[in-house]
Amino acid sequence: MNIEARQPSRSSRTKPAIVDVDIHAKSSVEDLRPFLSNRWGDYLQTYGQRSRHGYAKGFPYPKGQPLASRRDSWPPDGGLPASNLDFMRHQHLDQYGITIGIMNPLSPTGQGDQNVEFGAAMCFAANEFQIEHWNRLEPRLRASVCVPYEDGELSRTEIRRRAGDQRFAHVLFMSRTSELLGKRRYWPIFEAAVEAGLPVGVHVFGYSGWAMTNSGWPSFYIEEMTEHSTSCQAMVTSLIMEGVFERWPELKIVLIEAGFAWLPALGWRLDNAWKKLKNEVPHLKKAPSEYIRQHFWVSTQPMEEPDDPEHVIDVMNWIGMDHILFASDYPHWDFDDPFLALPPKLTAEQRGMIYSGNAQALYGFA
Amino acid sequence: MAKHVVAAVAEITPGGRKLVDVKGRPIVVFNLGGEFFALSNRCPHRGGSLCHGKLVGLVESSTPGEYRYSRRGEIIRCPWHSWEFDIRTGKSWCDPARLRIRHYPVSVEAGAQLVEGPYVAETFPVTVEDDYVVVEI
Amino acid sequence: MTINLHAIDCDVHPTVPGMKALLPYLDDYWRDSVEERGIGSLESISYPPNSPLTARDEWRGTGGLAGTDVTQLSETVFGRFGSSLAICNCLYGVQLVFAEDMARAFTRALNDWIVKEWLDKDARLRASIVVPLQNIEYAVDEIERCASDRRFVQVLVLAMEEAPLGRRSNWPVYAAAERHGLPLGVHAGSAYRHPVTSLGWPSYYIEDYAAQAQGFQSQLTSLIAEGVFAKFPSLKVVLMESGVTWLPGFLWRFSKFWRGLRTEVPWVDRPPDEIVRDHVRLTVQPFDVPEDSEAAERAIEHLRSDDILLFASDYPHWQFDGDEAMPKAIPRALYRKILVDNPLATYPRLKEAVR
Repeated sequence: MNIEARQPSRSSRTKPAIVDVDIHAKSSVEDLRPFLSNRWGDYLQTYGQRSRHGYAKGFPYPKGQPLASRRDSWPPDGGLPASNLDFMRHQHLDQYGITIGIMNPLSPTGQGDQNVEFGAAMCFAANEFQIEHWNRLEPRLRASVCVPYEDGELSRTEIRRRAGDQRFAHVLFMSRTSELLGKRRYWPIFEAAVEAGLPVGVHVFGYSGWAMTNSGWPSFYIEEMTEHSTSCQAMVTSLIMEGVFERWPELKIVLIEAGFAWLPALGWRLDNAWKKLKNEVPHLKKAPSEYIRQHFWVSTQPMEEPDDPEHVIDVMNWIGMDHILFASDYPHWDFDDPFLALPPKLTAEQRGMIYSGNAQALYGFA
Repeated sequence: MAKHVVAAVAEITPGGRKLVDVKGRPIVVFNLGGEFFALSNRCPHRGGSLCHGKLVGLVESSTPGEYRYSRRGEIIRCPWHSWEFDIRTGKSWCDPARLRIRHYPVSVEAGAQLVEGPYVAETFPVTVEDDYVVVEI
Repeated sequence: MTINLHAIDCDVHPTVPGMKALLPYLDDYWRDSVEERGIGSLESISYPPNSPLTARDEWRGTGGLAGTDVTQLSETVFGRFGSSLAICNCLYGVQLVFAEDMARAFTRALNDWIVKEWLDKDARLRASIVVPLQNIEYAVDEIERCASDRRFVQVLVLAMEEAPLGRRSNWPVYAAAERHGLPLGVHAGSAYRHPVTSLGWPSYYIEDYAAQAQGFQSQLTSLIAEGVFAKFPSLKVVLMESGVTWLPGFLWRFSKFWRGLRTEVPWVDRPPDEIVRDHVRLTVQPFDVPEDSEAAERAIEHLRSDDILLFASDYPHWQFDGDEAMPKAIPRALYRKILVDNPLATYPRLKEAVR
């Protein structure tokens, strides 16, 4: 038996419009230097980036492959994966007919650095770089407003600087913040995002400084990967329970690369607990699952792949087909092929929503 | 089934690989210590291009803490998602019964024989002095 | 053999009214220490005594505590809910104690208290052996000390301990549990060595309670990734008060990552969802299903197993109203398995009672 995947005939079919909400356009530390002051350039050179983990370089849980990237994504003429625009066009943007791609820079950006002043300078540089090196040359690629999220006011300053600039799609957080996202220290960021009319994207990774499980540090990278969804469950819970959406009813949160099958079950659990514990959180005006339905969007990658593909469609329906956004995670190892990743039984209309319609509505892309 | 000449033997050294196109099908030919294997280049999971994967060994374990490592260079990991496939059988490690890569018969033929036919050399130049990798499809 | 047996309630909670109740079970040094140092209570913030979830109002007695009276527990669990056996999981905060020797003394007292004040008073009660994971040798000693009493049917730990449960330093406990035919019961609760989320301490109790489900997910990942089930092939793990509906999505993700990352943990030689179906059981309160009955039905289908659920009322915690302890979403056709067959298959020692 052979269950070789069918190759869609890309030439004979009209390519659907695809908005990819998760592309990791890469910069090096050297790329950011021109956008740093002498003070912070020297600091970077001398002390380097210091996340809330112990390694000066590399990762506390070594990845499955170098830079967690597809082995075919290293540009032929050298350089890091997704650092070369021509190759990215060839391998991804043109290959799949991506109409708009949102860049979510992961590192170096200064996000989550122990030194927030330095983090703010790095975020500014990362934002400038996205525009100068990428968007200016390839307008399909839209930027994220990287913010030094551990400091609300510094973040607000960066958001205000970018407000009204259509080249920026959303404000970007890493999911592992040093406190739960609903906490007051982050409120200036939500306020500024709403003021600027920008959704807030939360991409998994980062380092909170706390153990990666609520029972201590795991041993393996595979555990770090599965723990993304647990930390996001706590994060969603916090945003709801702290009343953030009562304060900023226009706030929209996009969960990126977090998986999504856990979201409905979390809503059910919160609803059941809330029915008994309402008087603890009187500022909530409706059931927790209703805040989820209204304020959260999810991205598809890494696509859930249960044995029975109908099950994932159940979950998508529970979340709401209008809140699901396509993401490829290019160039990372668990990349989802835009043409093959979605469950085959989705209707053409649902596909269209996930590929582009939902993102256009959320982000206001023309 | 027709036989297609896809490479000169010298072109794919032990541990090497070559991506070829046979009748529009992308096929990757591996040389494992002098033995040739021809597999569909398309990962049966989500279509990753296997010729861009990493050749690795097989790690097994009969008890936690034990890493029994063998068959270096005989397993191809898809460049997307890192699933492992046995080049000798095409079977995936994670689901060998249901998930495998299409395997094609492959042989080494002398150029002298090939020029007589009935092989399909297509655009591939064949000389009588060399040996060639031939894939049946 | 015909089993004339009704439901088995796999999760009920006797409540220790205070350290005074344990004094008779402590030796002189520790009894005097408790008094000299003014140690009044070990109640954990996992269940604030007056929180609505901690007890249904109708079951609260003097001082507001529920679950302190064996007669009330028996009347409720065996009378109103109609069970014929019940497993007592005592959630007194001995796991939170930092000093190993104190933890050992208090844990021993707790297990002795369960025997004398509960098991000896109603033959239908069974219990879990609470163990001090603060020191693995002590934890093994406690299993060895208690296991000869066949009314102890399980080893009990919390969903959030100092280190992930799969860590190999814990393995002597699993070896002892397996040797004695005792499943490892993991119950909601924390030793509070870490914040209840990987992003720090939340503001509200409801977040703490919600975070229990994340603790269970992490523990399952750890138990499987570290190879506990490869090392102890007959060990069963029971997740109690864990919620249930998070499980399918968790397994999809874990099993998918396993396909690409299994070389890091090569002893995990089959998909995690298969391992879970063979080794892991969950109690049904709370179930965390939606009100929409069609969605609830589908959510149960996603579990893809009739064997993994065990009946439990979670008395005296407030999970439901009235006397219908089985979650409404569960189809009738599964009742027999969930009420009787699955518990008996999970807890070998329960069968001894019904011979």
